[in-house]
Amino acid sequence: MRRIAAPSLIFGLIILLPLAAMVSLTLGTVDISLADGLNAIVGNSSSAQINTILFDIRLPRILLAISVGAVLASTGAVMQGLFRNPLADPSLIGVSSGASVGASLMIVTTGGFIQVGALMGLSLVALGAFLGGFAATLLVYRLATSNIGTSVTTMLLAGIAIGALAGALNSLLSYFSDNDMLRQISLWQMGNLSGASWAKVSIMGVVAVLLLVSFPRESKALNALLLGESEARHLGIDVQRVKRRLIVLTALGVGVSVALAGLVGFVGLIIPHMVRLVIGPDHRWLIPASALAGATLLVIADSLARIVVIPAELPTGILTALLGAPFFVALLLQQRKDV
Amino acid sequence: MTMLADNISLHLSGFDLLRNISLEVQAGKVTAIVGPNGAGKSSLLKVLTGEMAPTKGEVRLNHRLLDEWPLLEKAQMLGVLPQHTMLNFPFTANEVVGLGRIPHQTGLVKDRQIVSDALDLVDGSYLQKRFYTQMSGGEKQRVQLARVLAQIWQPSAIGEQFLVLDEPTSAFDLSHQKLTLDIVRQLAEKGVGVVMVLHDLNLAARCADNLVVFDGGVIAAQGTPEEVLTERLIDKVFGVKSIIAQHPVTKRPLVIT
Repeated sequence: MRRIAAPSLIFGLIILLPLAAMVSLTLGTVDISLADGLNAIVGNSSSAQINTILFDIRLPRILLAISVGAVLASTGAVMQGLFRNPLADPSLIGVSSGASVGASLMIVTTGGFIQVGALMGLSLVALGAFLGGFAATLLVYRLATSNIGTSVTTMLLAGIAIGALAGALNSLLSYFSDNDMLRQISLWQMGNLSGASWAKVSIMGVVAVLLLVSFPRESKALNALLLGESEARHLGIDVQRVKRRLIVLTALGVGVSVALAGLVGFVGLIIPHMVRLVIGPDHRWLIPASALAGATLLVIADSLARIVVIPAELPTGILTALLGAPFFVALLLQQRKDV
Repeated sequence: MTMLADNISLHLSGFDLLRNISLEVQAGKVTAIVGPNGAGKSSLLKVLTGEMAPTKGEVRLNHRLLDEWPLLEKAQMLGVLPQHTMLNFPFTANEVVGLGRIPHQTGLVKDRQIVSDALDLVDGSYLQKRFYTQMSGGEKQRVQLARVLAQIWQPSAIGEQFLVLDEPTSAFDLSHQKLTLDIVRQLAEKGVGVVMVLHDLNLAARCADNLVVFDGGVIAAQGTPEEVLTERLIDKVFGVKSIIAQHPVTKRPLVIT
């Protein structure tokens, strides 16, 4: 397949993302025209109701979609590079399955009252998900690390083992749940941005900025790692340090986004893969372009989630897969034709 | 200045892979290592390049213990071409060769020039924009060779440079085998110390200053090709009857089996 120059793609996405965000502001159960929306944002508000909808509901939700999308897609790009496998995704290091158990455990033990014990605007479920994800990653990392370093192959296998264990624990928890808890668990696992608040946005935003500032420093190392670990070492890369840093950042990023938005699938696996098909595997471009594309996809998916079944809403995770999968299939077909 | 293995032994999972190996690779000379499969040639390269720590003995690069060198400085002096490189991401040849410039801060323009020159040297100019994943085995190997050449393209201020090649010609046709040997000789004349594993005794005899024969984890013989290559040694190490003649043009030994 012929490549597109990376700067052109990034330029296009930089234009597309704010456009998508602006359109998204207008969409939802209550229609707000673009003009009203923009007026409210610059301070010339027309009504209190519009203000509330825009500032307390839609704007935080869009910002959450942007930061979650950017984090999931960029960590996906980083994991695919680290594992030298274009089909790797952030869940490989156990973070998603661990988070899932943490969330289910909280739902079951707190009897399903999500808001009980809220801390800084965050629910116990979010806290459980974050702790579960972090603990699982730590376990996978420890299992794969010996005195000669961390083996990514062992990590892959340990991730599968921990994932299976987490799956079993999850089923066990579901088995002991009542109908209401079951519904909460399965809704959580579909991924949802509807609970967005400014507290969540600020936490997610800080994490997203931290990741997007840290990752580019490792892009040359990731490029070298695609050749192999010993080859990267011969190019002067401190492979163990790079691995540790990237895994910690990924666990943090994915842990927090799963805690705040549930399991939004597809973005971390397919976005970097798609971007790579278009601009090539150079991480200096791949990481920022994936972040932008992930953010854009999640904003669009979340907008649609709000309007397809008005006045109800679909979980965002369903839409990301519904939107992304056909696009990905089209790219694959295109690639097959060109070879 | 040298790359020096001093009384190296390597035990791994109960096997003695290397026993009491001492080897000196001199800057400006070509050292070729030959020997049967499993004799320990690649293991020695791994110990020499710091990929595996020896069970006993020490490795020095330019008089300093290998693992005392900062990674980046080591990478500016030592290029390593492994036997196989598993790269299954669609980098172009330009991008792969460009990875060899990672240890250097010479700037984009200079790096681009070096990448293009290195590809040119291995007869790979036509590959520049082609995808690595779609190349033939020989093309891939040439691109990887260009990558390590780009890594030691300019002399380093830190110390003499060395190039380690593990079977660099295994996927090459006749003309590219000769090209590789020419490149290796040129590098040696510029002062680079080259050490490489080869399977073809005649290729080794043609370009080596120092020929090392490995057998069962020990050095069976080392010296100039004329000293080392005898009918008795080849029978003992490889179990093959042969005749040693002299190449009519190069005057190097010629092994006929």
